[in-house]
Amino acid sequence: MPVIFTSDLVVYLLFAGAFYFMWAVRKDGILREAWKDVKKRRLAMACLAILSVYSLLALADSIRWRDAVRDDKGRVVRSPGGTYIYSAEALSVLDRSLSKIRLEGEKTYSAPLATRLYTKESMELPDGRVVRDYPGLKHPGTHFLGTDKVGNDVFYTALKGIRTGIIIGAGATIVIIPFAILFGVVAGYYGGVVDDIVQYLYTTLASIPAVLLIVAFMLLFGSKGYQGGLIQERDVFLGTLVPNDRLFWLCLILGVTSWTDLCRLIRGETLKLRELEYVQAGRAFGLSRPGIIYRHIVPNLMHLVLITFVLQFSGLVLTEAILSYISIGVGPQMFSWGNMINTARLELSMEPVVWWNLLASFIFMFGLVLPANIFGDAVRDALDPRLRLR
Amino acid sequence: MDVPVIEVKDLKTYFRTARGIARAVDGVSFSIPKGGTFALVGESGCGKSLTALSIIQLVPEPAGFHAGGEIFLNGREITKLPEREKRELRGNKISMIFQEPMTSLNPVFTVGYQTVETIRLHQKKSAPEAKAAALEMFAKVGLPEPEALFDEYPHRLSGGMRQRVMIAMALACRPDLLIADEPTTALDVTIQDQIIRLIKDLKDSMRMAVLLITHNLALVYRNAENVCVMYAGKVAEMSPTEELFRNPMHPYTVKLLRSIPGYEKRGLMLDTIPGSVPPATGYPAGCRFSGRCPREMEGCASIEPELVERAPGHLVSCHLHDPEFMSKPYSKPLKHEPDKLPPVPGPIAEKTPLLDVRNLKTYYPVRKGLLKRVRGYVKAVDGIDLTIAKGMTLALVGESGCGKTTAGKSIIRLIRPDDGEIVFKGTDIFGLSERALKPMRSKAQIIFQDPYSSLNPRLMVRDTIEEGLKTLKPGMGRPARLERIAQVLERVGLTPEMMYRYPHEFSGGQRQRIGIARALAVDPEFIVCDEAVSALDVSVQAQILNLLKSIQRDTGISYLFITHDLAVVEYIADEVAVMYMGHIVERGNTEAIFSNPTHDYTKKLLNAIPKLPPGMTWKLPGKH
Repeated sequence: MPVIFTSDLVVYLLFAGAFYFMWAVRKDGILREAWKDVKKRRLAMACLAILSVYSLLALADSIRWRDAVRDDKGRVVRSPGGTYIYSAEALSVLDRSLSKIRLEGEKTYSAPLATRLYTKESMELPDGRVVRDYPGLKHPGTHFLGTDKVGNDVFYTALKGIRTGIIIGAGATIVIIPFAILFGVVAGYYGGVVDDIVQYLYTTLASIPAVLLIVAFMLLFGSKGYQGGLIQERDVFLGTLVPNDRLFWLCLILGVTSWTDLCRLIRGETLKLRELEYVQAGRAFGLSRPGIIYRHIVPNLMHLVLITFVLQFSGLVLTEAILSYISIGVGPQMFSWGNMINTARLELSMEPVVWWNLLASFIFMFGLVLPANIFGDAVRDALDPRLRLR
Repeated sequence: MDVPVIEVKDLKTYFRTARGIARAVDGVSFSIPKGGTFALVGESGCGKSLTALSIIQLVPEPAGFHAGGEIFLNGREITKLPEREKRELRGNKISMIFQEPMTSLNPVFTVGYQTVETIRLHQKKSAPEAKAAALEMFAKVGLPEPEALFDEYPHRLSGGMRQRVMIAMALACRPDLLIADEPTTALDVTIQDQIIRLIKDLKDSMRMAVLLITHNLALVYRNAENVCVMYAGKVAEMSPTEELFRNPMHPYTVKLLRSIPGYEKRGLMLDTIPGSVPPATGYPAGCRFSGRCPREMEGCASIEPELVERAPGHLVSCHLHDPEFMSKPYSKPLKHEPDKLPPVPGPIAEKTPLLDVRNLKTYYPVRKGLLKRVRGYVKAVDGIDLTIAKGMTLALVGESGCGKTTAGKSIIRLIRPDDGEIVFKGTDIFGLSERALKPMRSKAQIIFQDPYSSLNPRLMVRDTIEEGLKTLKPGMGRPARLERIAQVLERVGLTPEMMYRYPHEFSGGQRQRIGIARALAVDPEFIVCDEAVSALDVSVQAQILNLLKSIQRDTGISYLFITHDLAVVEYIADEVAVMYMGHIVERGNTEAIFSNPTHDYTKKLLNAIPKLPPGMTWKLPGKH
């Protein structure tokens, strides 16, 4: 039985968007040239490759289904009504392909590349003596990034964090863009009262501390839904849909609190474009205002949107980590780099220090944010008309 | 003989680009004596500004580099000096003033502070001494009340005043060489004249050398002793000014001179140069003007001419003046353009009234305070009357800010006027709604100044032109539209295949043609040309003017020509209206106004334009 979270839609949308862009690049001469320019930069292309791997992993982690419960003999268990009973665990393609490191857990902490546990235990030797030593691992060689407190593989946890990171980054940005374009263009082009209203709206929003808004919002919406971990029957709609998903609400509120920057940018650019001569030529042809906005304004803003998308993305991934760290982010049972860092806070104060949880989340986060930034820079350089030779 | 202030020997400045080495300045030599003015002229992209930047050692690095040659300042070679010593020269021994007075002053510092800073950078002066020196300079450049101006920020000054401040800063350290790169291009005519005079007076009193860079040949004629015509990174011709204008030897110079619009050329086509300047990465092997030259010979494309003195002080780089070349078999002429310019073809339209504007007023509200209440109005257009007959051209002239563009846009209702009557083809369109205006939209169109911002970079040429057809001729099917687009593209001298290209694939002149095609596509009877040729080089400008004229004869279209360039007005307009501060101060036919201006402002305007003496005609070289 497939299970779809609302937050999965973000990943699907992201892929749909990527395909749409590929199609647009093939069709649009200017984008095609910009793309050629990006392709020439090897570093940017390497970053794109890394980003693609990340997104594919996120996709693999967003396609999941629940298995029917089987009894000890492997037979499918049916309810008295004759329907299947499904397990509370919805395993994704990623989970299933990593079942070895997922299932073969240890008892507790083990360091990366270690053969023994990180803590001493009392063990009884065959001759009856009791020694206190580091016991050997049950599955040596499996957990190359070590295991956490309850013996789960850290590499697996970090991999699972990719989906959360990408959903936060992309989801919030997807929320931002329509808001920002709509309000920015309308304010810039129509001016007057409309402009005043939009300006008041975003100055007001920008003057409220974002964390405050997020806390309030998450308490209101995010606390009742699916928090991560096992699926509870009350969360599932028609057996497959999980509409009330904390991660999704987090995307939404992050989007709502951070559209103002892009909106301001777009409003300014629209103010400039509005006075350009090709817009006036359009007016001299009697083109309607929505027509002008659609044909002449919005296409000439798209470079701003694309650049903001890539740059906001990395900022939001970091924000997620911060929010989860102060526990208003994703649910505690959700795999996320923020949660990993949050746990690492206590582990770092232990003696001896458990450092690999932090390191793993750091490397994975770094591996997403740095390429996103470098790639974003390359895209901006290629698209920014001011940098292009006229 | 004295050592010249600046002597440039075989200067080469190249650029590394994606397409290879661009030879932007490729072997230029000249010298300027103390107190002399030397002009570098040529069209954009010919390397004149880069020559100047090379002299002041400010070539943008690392893309650009010094590829050869020497520059002597008072006999001292300066290209190999360490950067620290070069810095001491800049602003001290060599100063430069730029085209755009808006951007060459730092807006966050007062003009006084900026001037004092320059002085103290190069001279050991105490703050009060430097201030005194700055005030003295301010007075010298004719700024009123230097004391009061000293603490003003640049945005509070007008363009002319800013340029004066720039000159004061440039001259504060009494440089030996002043480089003026298009010093007046961005300024109004009357102010241009003042600034040029100022530079001249200061040059005489301070005994410095001036390198004047401009594309305005008439300005050169009035102000420089020697002139150098550059083409594609090289010197095409160099001579004392009077000699060059009396007896131009290079075909390029002749073509340039003949493409300048003016009163004597009315009714004639202007001379134009086909094609465009070759890119600096791929010059022709032989003469750089080959391929565009009206007198090209077989050997021209492969054998490079040398710069040789053919008359006293008159150097020219052209095979036509080389007896040895002319005696060789490869001097067989390939092209032979006639010397005489053809008249504009087609009949002159009959005078039937088309547009009648009465008492037109357009005010801009000035809003102030927290609630943005209207506290007054800028009377951009304050009651003007105009009439334009069918097939006629009315020029609306005036300085920037006089309201001429607002007037033009109000007439075709791109801006909503506040009062008056606009009777277009018998209907008053003043109060019509946007919907009711639609029939008129196809009859009245507009062409803009800037060929770069007038086309949406994201639309193909086809889409740009199709837009008007779609909204204004809804009955037209797609095949008919495409046919119409092909037709107008051909009419403006482009090819139909070009409709599938994007604007960035075209040159400035071609873009302007596309802008004209866009307006023509919907079959207008009236076009507002808002500074339509002001941003173009003189030879391209000539092409566009020829095009506009011949379209007018073909179709009987009327133009409202909004411009500040009086040479263009003289050439193209049947009638002139002079606008000053929102009012029309004088109106009449072109001849009457130019020969006998009555209003003081018109007189001032006409006196200010640099002009070539009348009766100058130029013949292409070559006897065959």
